Amino acid sequence: MQLQDFEKLFQQKIDTEIKVEPKDWMPDAYRKTLVRQISQHAHSEIVGMLPEGNWISRAPSLKRKAILIAKVQDEAGHGLYLYSACETLGTSREETINDLNSGKAKYSSIFNYPTLTWADMGAIGWLVDGAAILNQVMLCRTSYGPYARAMVRICKEESFHQRQGFDILLTLCKGTDAQKAMCQDAINRWWWPSLMMFGPKDSESTNTDQSMKWKIKRKTNDELRQQFVDMCAEQVKILNMTLPDEHLKWNAQTQHYDFGEIDWSEFWNVVKGNGPCNKERLEARRKAHEDGAWVREAAAAYAEKKTSKQQSQAA
Amino acid sequence: MNDPLIDYTLHLADNTLILAQRNSEWCAHGPVLEQDIAITNISLDILGQARNFYQYAAILLGDDATEDTLAFLRDNREFKNCLLVEQENGDWGKTILRQFIFSNYQYLLYEKLQHSKDEQLAAVAAKALKEVTYHLQWSSEWVIRLGDGTDESHQRMMNAIEELWPYVDELFINADYENELLADNIAVDVPSLKNKWIEKITSIFDEATLQIPQNVFAKTGGKQGVHTEKLGYILAEMQFMQRAYPNSVW
Ligand SMILES: [Fe+2]
Ligand SMILES: [Fe+2]
Repeated sequence: MQLQDFEKLFQQKIDTEIKVEPKDWMPDAYRKTLVRQISQHAHSEIVGMLPEGNWISRAPSLKRKAILIAKVQDEAGHGLYLYSACETLGTSREETINDLNSGKAKYSSIFNYPTLTWADMGAIGWLVDGAAILNQVMLCRTSYGPYARAMVRICKEESFHQRQGFDILLTLCKGTDAQKAMCQDAINRWWWPSLMMFGPKDSESTNTDQSMKWKIKRKTNDELRQQFVDMCAEQVKILNMTLPDEHLKWNAQTQHYDFGEIDWSEFWNVVKGNGPCNKERLEARRKAHEDGAWVREAAAAYAEKKTSKQQSQAA
Repeated sequence: MNDPLIDYTLHLADNTLILAQRNSEWCAHGPVLEQDIAITNISLDILGQARNFYQYAAILLGDDATEDTLAFLRDNREFKNCLLVEQENGDWGKTILRQFIFSNYQYLLYEKLQHSKDEQLAAVAAKALKEVTYHLQWSSEWVIRLGDGTDESHQRMMNAIEELWPYVDELFINADYENELLADNIAVDVPSLKNKWIEKITSIFDEATLQIPQNVFAKTGGKQGVHTEKLGYILAEMQFMQRAYPNSVW
């Protein structure tokens, strides 16, 4: 068979909704796209632990502290599933993590924004996990089997996170004036960066067409973003808060909310590394990795000693 | 007010809360993802124990006491945790050793406490024993791995032993409130735990090629509310929200 025939068969498989599995033949570009996307996703889970981990020591009640610890820990678990999904494509966790630490790999820009008040824990849960869920629900049906299965597990926990985040905000907006102000301020700061999570506009997005054809993605950036705006515009009413967009308005004709223009220069700036915390996040990851080097070496050395002991006993 | 049962319950609660607070500093900064999850899990387990103890203490205290007023609105001198748990995390080796020292103690403590005449304390201990069994096993394995790993890890474990050993003895000295509760079989007589504790340490240290240091001067005071300077900073951070925004619901 010629390469073209393989590619044709592959596309037929995709079109008939048969999942691609690790040992199946796949085009190089498909594999590369997946490795890039899954590893970015994994890194986002791991870097995403930092802004929230930041508030574990200061959580305002023991219950909130326990919930927050469990949440950040869930994100670590998500990172693990995704690094494993990446390994099924032939890229080791070590390689993938090295790419993060060297600054070669990207992660979601949202985590380059600072968490300044407790209300940010609520806003992140509601908006950031909320935006992530829309993307991830779509990915539960992605064409690559291990990725889709990882997403199914992850989605269950993410919807928990979103509810917990919303609950933090709901409690704040029923509280004192200071708490209400804290809540509105957090929504104001996290709203636009959350909209940016869906990526560039469809007209500017270079990867979308091919990813849709391969059914890695099933909805475009703009479709997902609209879905998110429609959802949040309703939910914010329950909080008695507002979204910081004067153009936000229900459009009876389209049956969607119209909304204002994203500040794309900010978007590209953060992507390029000039966000408020890009440097801090990467440094924290590098430091953890470097500080842990002697631990990993010791564990490896001990494991080796143990196997050679067992071997000599068996001999 | 000086009720030994309340003091004892708060002592048990403070020990676990402060260690949970310390361990959770590792969250997102661990040496490898699986161990980041493991140490955070331990933090979560012992935070759960702390909450159970505080909730019981709040019932005993009555009035407006809650788990949160006890955790967030008491000051330094009212905290009754052992000095060991407030010590800085240091490197992974020191954190591991602190956990091993404490879990080994806690295992023996809860094993007895689950038969306490006080049903609430007994119930919390019985429920927590399974978790602590796992913490002890996990930290033992790491002590062995690091002690018998590389030259560097061995040296780091020796340093950790030197730094933490002064805080060991306090675990095995009864405070007044413990003494007062002994006759009624409510509190555990901690000096009676020490032999078994040493046995376990010795067997794990043997495998880890480490030694128990001799003639270490013991530092004490935490159980009576006289702490190291470190606790003040832990509380300043932990209690910040409740202090800055009093009388709020979170
Ligand atoms: Fe996640
Ligand atoms: Fe999440």
